[in-house]
This record gives sequence, C-alpha cells and structure tokens, in this order.
Amino acid sequence: MEIESYNQLLKNYVELSKEEMSDITGPEVVKVENLKVVYGDKTAIDGVNISFKRNNITAIIGPSGCGKSTLLRSINRMNDLIPGAKVSGKVYFNGVDVYSRDVDPVFIRSKIGMVFQRPNPFPFSIFDNVAFGLRVNGFKLSKSELYEKVKDALVKAALWDEVKDRLNKHAYSLSGGQQQRLCIARALAVDPEVLLLDEPTVSLDPISTARIESLLRSIKDEYTIIIVTHNMLQAARVSDYTAVMMPDENMVGRIIEFGETRQIFTNPRDKRTEDYISGRIG
Amino acid sequence: MAVTVSIKRLERSIERRRRVDRIFYIIFLLSTLISTVSLIVIFTTLGFESFNFFTHVSIVEFLTSTKWTALFSEKHFGVLPLLNATILTSLIAIAIAAPLGVMIALFLSEYASSDTRSVVKPLVETLAGIPTVVYGYFALYFVTPNLLRPLWEGLQLHNALAVGLMIGILIIPIVASISDDAMAAVPSDLRLAAYAVGSRKSDVALRVVLPAALSGVSASIILAFARAMGETMIAAIAGGFRSILTFNIGESMETMTAYIAQVATGDAPHGTIEYQSLFAVGLFLLLITASLNYIGIKVVKRWAIRY
Repeated sequence: MEIESYNQLLKNYVELSKEEMSDITGPEVVKVENLKVVYGDKTAIDGVNISFKRNNITAIIGPSGCGKSTLLRSINRMNDLIPGAKVSGKVYFNGVDVYSRDVDPVFIRSKIGMVFQRPNPFPFSIFDNVAFGLRVNGFKLSKSELYEKVKDALVKAALWDEVKDRLNKHAYSLSGGQQQRLCIARALAVDPEVLLLDEPTVSLDPISTARIESLLRSIKDEYTIIIVTHNMLQAARVSDYTAVMMPDENMVGRIIEFGETRQIFTNPRDKRTEDYISGRIG
Repeated sequence: MAVTVSIKRLERSIERRRRVDRIFYIIFLLSTLISTVSLIVIFTTLGFESFNFFTHVSIVEFLTSTKWTALFSEKHFGVLPLLNATILTSLIAIAIAAPLGVMIALFLSEYASSDTRSVVKPLVETLAGIPTVVYGYFALYFVTPNLLRPLWEGLQLHNALAVGLMIGILIIPIVASISDDAMAAVPSDLRLAAYAVGSRKSDVALRVVLPAALSGVSASIILAFARAMGETMIAAIAGGFRSILTFNIGESMETMTAYIAQVATGDAPHGTIEYQSLFAVGLFLLLITASLNYIGIKVVKRWAIRY
C-alpha cells in the first residue's frame, strides 16, 4: 500500500506509529527524480536522480559550487526562500511529491529538519532554543512534557551532560561546537524523520567535529540523515552511502556516481570520482 | 640650472598643498567646535539663569508643589502640573507610535519586497518631515472637532488627547525606522533556522526577529519618547496654556514646552522671575530628554555588538 496523496500522508502521521509508517512507505524515504534547480538564469543542478534510504547516513560530496547544498535545500523546500529559485522535477518524501500544489512546505520542513554550515542558535536561552520548534508547531505540551522533549533532544545531540545545569543560560555562552550540537538538538526536538546537514562541521575544530560525527552515528537508527560535506574523510567515516557531485562543462551540477561509501572510496567506477577522492581535482 | 628651477617649483607646490591641507583641517575643526561650543553655551546659559531662579524658589518647591502660577500675581512654581502634562501627552503618543511603528518595521523588514520597501520606507519617514505646526493646527481644527468630539462629548477644544495622538503620528517614523534597522541587522541565518523547524512567516517575524531585535526596538521607543517630550508646537497650539494638575486627558493642559513657548513669545521682562523660570523648566526638560537619549543610545550599542 503506497501513499499517493498529501492528505493521506498527513492522515497517516496522525494515525500510525513510526514503525507502521515505515512498513507502508518502504525503505526509500526521499526519492529525487530528474531534479533541476535554476537561480535566475543560472542552472545550478540538472538531471539529478537519487534516493535516500531510511535509517542510513548518505553523504553528498563534491567540489565547491557543484550544487550539493542546492540539492539538499531542494529536499525540504528551503529553496522556496531564495528569490528567483525555480525547481522542476520531483522530490518524493514518503511517496508524496513535496512540490505538488497541495503540499504545505511548512509541514515538510517540520518532518525534514536542517542544520546549517555555521552554528545559528537563536539569541535565547539554551532551553528556549530547543523548545522553539515545539512551540511554533503548536504541540500541546505540559511543562513537564516540554522539558522531557527538550531533554530527549539534548541527550540525542550529546549535549545534555554539558548543559543540564544551565538550561536557562544564553545560547551564545556555549562554544562553537556546543552551539552546533544545540542546533542539532533544536532540529531533532520536533521529531523529524529526515535530518539534512549542510557542511555542519566546516567551522569547527577537529574535536568538535569528531563529537558531531559520533552523535550522527548514534542517532542514525532513528533518523534518515543526509550530510553535505566537502571533507571526503568525513564522508568515509560517517556515511553508509555516498553521492559524488561534479559540475559539467557548463558549470551545471550533476551526480556522477552514487553507491555504498566503501565502494565509492575503494573502487570508484567513474574516473572523475577517483581523481576527486585522491585529491587530483576539487 | 633647469634642474634647480624645477626642484624649487616642486617644493613650492608641496608647500602649497600642505597649506591647503592645513586649511581644510581648520575648517572641519571649526565646524565641529561650533556644535560642541553651542551645547556648552546652552548648558551654561540654562544653568546660570536657573541658578538665579533657584535663589528665589527652592528646588523642593519646584519639584513637589502642585501649583504652577508663574504668570499670576500670587506666584507658585511647582513644575508637577507641567511635567504631568508632558508625560501624559507623551504616553498617549508612545501608546500610538510604539505598536504602529513596530508593526510597520516588521512589515518593512519581513514582508515587503525590496521594491515595496524602497517606496514605503521614505513615505513613512516623510511623516517626521511635516512641519509640526501643521500637526498642531490639524489637531486643533480637525482631529478634536471632527474625530474626537463625536465620540467624547465633554472634550475641551484644547485637550491632551489630541496633542498626544498627533505627537504619536509624528514619532511613528522614529520607532519604525530605528526598529527596521535593528530587524535588518538580525542575521538571515536565524530566519532560515526558524523556517527549517517548520515556522511560518509570522512565527519568524514575531518569535525570532522581534525578540532578536528587541534592544534596538526598545531603544527606538525610548528615543521616540524623548522626542515626544520635547515636542513644542503641537502642545502649544492644541494643548493650550492651562497649567493645572489634572489627569483628565480631555482637558486643556500645559506642557513644559508649551509654557516655554508661551512665556518666550510673550513679554516677560529680562531678569524677572517669570523670565528665569523659563530656563529652569528648559534645563529640567533638557536633563530628562538627554538622559532618555543617553539610555537609548546605550541600549542601541548593546544590540549592535550582539552578533
């Protein structure tokens, strides 16, 4: 039984448990078909086909300007917020095209969370940062339920032990690495199915980076994770699958190879992939 | 031979340019001095005449007496009635300008396209450029008789309500413009973060941008309040010169600025106590608005280093 309409998807979220949902929707949580994104008169990516498997980490790697972030932002319709961006093709989330007319992008974003390059906590307390999504999404929660959800998200983001005694302190009192884990907690608090990460460790030191990589591995049984990185070692360390993107001769980003991470790094099929991961290009 | 001549010419030209440089320095310095010296002169004049005033009237009477009868034969100099009128009209003004100004700022920074914004923002700022005398007679001849009297029968022709409303309109651009700047300074990262957890536009505007810009917004309100307290023409024309302590905003009441305008345009002889009272009231008002401005600037600075 497949989900065909947005209404049915919404209904299933209300009526079914997570397990029942995944039984219905199958292993492919997000499926991208023939995606093309144009900014003004520049085509950023074209002809992109890829699917992302439930409870796996997929890395998207490639040189700067190859459209990795564009692909990522297309999945939860963050591209809608960029003036002049035009998307064609299909992005299925649990069987429903997120770009079809009746779909509310706000709902999609509450199910497909996102973490950005630079830590961007709100100028509020640690607690209020994590509780933000729960509040805007109109979850009817008692004080203690709210506290439990916030705690749960902070535990998953491997930040709880460091902040449990100072939840009311300003988020800016945290270090950069802690702030980024706070942003991950903020994204997890609304209970998304998919977590998109756009070069989440690019501004962090190696120790903070390692903590984020290990937390991602520890939560992947509950989420489907898609991470954009230009750090190939990071892709090799954390991901199950890897997609390699490369601009073509017209500087239009395309996926040149996609497969299990081990295969990509040990036995790439495409010559350009081999050149890229061995550092000859990119 | 030719070489020495050209060297001399070069030296002369260097000397000339150095002199021009020096002249510009002096011009700029003088311009700056004029404004700072004016401030010092204003303060000393106010201070000097106020000092004379306070040799006749005790500061305690000035600050606590509820009667201001400077122009009557039996003179009392309690500033409270004037202060009360100033604060009441300014509170009415800020009650209008703060919510409207903040909502305009939210519209400009979060909802308007850049085209709309480039048209609407200057338009709003024009409100502050209308001569205040126009607001004054508009309050007296239009707002009170046509808008307020139908709703409030016992309203006096001169009244604090119309004054407050018109000052409110006048200071909307102060709130809107400074708040909009503060909102524009909120990093767009924060907006994206909010959208990424499923926020709607109004959530982003009210739950992220407004709190993140709060110190700038508060500063705009403080500065607008200071401007309202200093507004003279509207208060003098539409508020009247009745220096009675009352909390009925439907009555005529005299603000500090209106009193100064009244006496300064009349013929209080130099050296008399009425004449000196001008300076005492002026100094008092200046101290209040200057401290508000100071607080406002402090608050703006705090917000500027947030990100």
